[in-house]
Amino acid sequence: MKAAILIQGWFRRYMARLEMRRRYTWSIFQSIEYAGEQDQLQLSSFFSFMLDNFTHLNGSGPDLISQLLDPVVDPWLGRETRYELIPVAESYSGPRISFPLSVSHTNSLVNAFKEHQTLHARYALQLLWETKKLLKQMPNIVHMSTSYAKEITICGDLHGHLDDLLLIFYKNGLPSAETPYVFNGDFVDRGKQSTEVVLILFAYLLLYPTHMHLNRGNHEDHIMNLRYGFTKEVMQKYKTHGREILQLFQDVFSLLPIATVIDSKVLIVHGGISDQTDLDFLNSIERQKVKSALRLPRRSLEEPDVSRPYKQTHGPRPGSSHSRRQRPLAQTKRKRHRGLSRQDSGSSSSSSPSSSSSSLCSSRTPPCLPPRPCASPPPPIVPFSVDGLQVPFLDSLASLPPPSPPRVEREWKQMVDVLWSDPKPQDGCTPNTFRGGGCYYGPDVTQRLLRHHGYQLLIRSHECKQEGYEICHGGNVITIFSASNYYEEGSNRGAYVKLGQDLLPRFYQYQVSRTTRKLTLTQRVRAAEGSALRALQEKLFSHRSELLTGFLPFDHNNTGFVSVGEWAQVLETVLRLDLPWRTLRPHLARLAPDGSVEYLSCFDCMGPGLHPPQVTPNLAETLVRYRTDLELIFNIIDKDHSGLISLDEFRHTWRLFSGHLGVALDDGAIDALARSIDFNKDGSIDFTEFLEAFRVVHKLDKDH
Amino acid sequence: MADDRERAEILVTGVHKRINDAFQVFDHDLNKTVDVREIGAIVRSLGCFPTEAELLDIIDEVEEPNGFICFERFLPTMSKILMENKFRPIPEDTLLTAFEVLDQQKKGHLEPNELTEYMRQGDEPFTQLEMEEMLSSAVEPDSNLIYYKDFVNMMVLDGER
Repeated sequence: MKAAILIQGWFRRYMARLEMRRRYTWSIFQSIEYAGEQDQLQLSSFFSFMLDNFTHLNGSGPDLISQLLDPVVDPWLGRETRYELIPVAESYSGPRISFPLSVSHTNSLVNAFKEHQTLHARYALQLLWETKKLLKQMPNIVHMSTSYAKEITICGDLHGHLDDLLLIFYKNGLPSAETPYVFNGDFVDRGKQSTEVVLILFAYLLLYPTHMHLNRGNHEDHIMNLRYGFTKEVMQKYKTHGREILQLFQDVFSLLPIATVIDSKVLIVHGGISDQTDLDFLNSIERQKVKSALRLPRRSLEEPDVSRPYKQTHGPRPGSSHSRRQRPLAQTKRKRHRGLSRQDSGSSSSSSPSSSSSSLCSSRTPPCLPPRPCASPPPPIVPFSVDGLQVPFLDSLASLPPPSPPRVEREWKQMVDVLWSDPKPQDGCTPNTFRGGGCYYGPDVTQRLLRHHGYQLLIRSHECKQEGYEICHGGNVITIFSASNYYEEGSNRGAYVKLGQDLLPRFYQYQVSRTTRKLTLTQRVRAAEGSALRALQEKLFSHRSELLTGFLPFDHNNTGFVSVGEWAQVLETVLRLDLPWRTLRPHLARLAPDGSVEYLSCFDCMGPGLHPPQVTPNLAETLVRYRTDLELIFNIIDKDHSGLISLDEFRHTWRLFSGHLGVALDDGAIDALARSIDFNKDGSIDFTEFLEAFRVVHKLDKDH
Repeated sequence: MADDRERAEILVTGVHKRINDAFQVFDHDLNKTVDVREIGAIVRSLGCFPTEAELLDIIDEVEEPNGFICFERFLPTMSKILMENKFRPIPEDTLLTAFEVLDQQKKGHLEPNELTEYMRQGDEPFTQLEMEEMLSSAVEPDSNLIYYKDFVNMMVLDGER
């Protein structure tokens, strides 16, 4: 019947559009995620900057920041039994555990976490302490065999998704001698139940040390945790003992083994490899020395200033579409370099001599736009200190560390390569352009390494895949990712892989669903799309001034309109996100009747809430951009977790932060802002409310 | 005259850029090629309604021997299709009428198995997967019926974006 055919054709078109929306939603999430990981260095360098120049934020002893970032002295040395001194109230209804752990303990933990209970600090600390003791005995590369059990199950990133972990246990069975597991890193950050996930994993590790194996991921890193949510989560769940718990986590993370090998045939690491990866060397290093991938080891003073040339070539981001279009033969995969790509520029500005106007400028602007206003020219490259004890108030030059041996750097690079690298389709190994870790390894690199060791397979994680897994390099590399709905509800499946004695991978996929009613594809795509677009709008808003500068050459008469093509071009250049801008345009900006884009409508998405006159567009933009970072800093300052900080603290922090960023704001404006936020005039600011006002809402999205 | 030509050029460039955008979404490895199986999605997302047979014709024109489609060959073919307004989209009321034709008893709704039967007809019947997708979006969960007027409304709203 003709009617039926008509409907068929129409529906197919609808599905095609839906599929396209799903894809660009995915692109948006992925490109923002990778771009965000690069930005995260900002925070790390800010903390270092603060450490270099200010110690007593509250005027009362070493503050949390130094405690969190400079754990040179192990506060637990010789105080092993400290957790025993923590009393557990009778009224505590959560799980109580004792050591050695038994199955009933792990069961009660799992059940308790299912019910959203929190494990008492005393038990958490004890659990971590025991885990630390156990891990110290383990080598860097752990060997497993399939001869003990039918199959070994390998899981990828969980990122605090407790529901996914429970679903895996439900489908596949709890860890045991018959059901051995390897968890390949990234247990924490981003998801809201990182604490529960990681405590369960550690508990099973203690229960079955030979059948449960954990590899370190790039998020098992205290600096990453500061930015991506784990630190905050712990501080919120453990108000009194949060700091001690975080301290222990830091130690435990750095003690996690780096790799697992099955039957001397299958290598499992979190990120991957580089053409320099030397597994024998890797096995020999003291892995716990590398606390964080984001703190460079000390560099020799005599070393030539290798980082300076990178500053000049820093214009277009490596791997950005900009540079790629100029080199059509290069054909680099659409990826963003991980957070390590700007270490040098980051380290250089943060360790500048103490001047509150030092700034992290010029590293973020493309060559065609003028650099952001800097209070001072980019400072000379100064070696970046890690383990050198910081002595407050002395001239920074005096705290320069002694030269580091090349071995330290080599160890660090080997570790970072393994935790941060990604596979790419083309041959070769493209190291990160800037001195740092992580690279893109091609099929030839994989082949070479596997052959060298007589291995047949590399299993890694680190990248979110829509189906939960992906095979590449002709079957030599498997990516396994176990956090479903990673970007948004419905964005992707999770998966785990099982290997039997035949070492043939068998994949199992799943997807956690928050609602009991199954969402249609349309609903899922819509929800994910909405979320992605909001994130994108926020990106636009937070780069407002740069974008406006970019539009200027195309709109001399300041009409407020540019063509669609020009609009897309500016967005791509400034934001450096490789996205189908024309397709996305309807969600981002209004069209004039003549078909040109009213570009100011891109920024029409500020939420309701406070708009004190002191909030200039410039300030609003900065606040949106750094909202997450500011929130983190405020949380750290807010020692009693009341949600309030004093006006002084606010002013102080803001001045530091804006000074570091090179944002030109005079003291008067900050003062006025602070006073205007203090609504009840009691001298304290509810910073959560304050930051909420700078959350972007979805203005163009009328129908949802 | 020069204006006209300029306008025509801008129009063509606009069309090219639209095609490029759509292509890019499905070009995973960023090497200006897509898998031949994606071409249907790309063509339809650009607003064209070829039948499966017409789609095969397009594929015939542009497919490389290795089963991929590269942008250079796709662009001129697709541009022509867009410029000539071939495979035009179906207006909403036509769609509604189509449903009403299927609803012979004029109930205002269709049963799932009715719709399934119709969709499995014709030269290019729905696959199992397509049928499942349509039913999951179209069937009202409480009554287990397809109120096609609402269905069309909802889909058209979405489709226009």
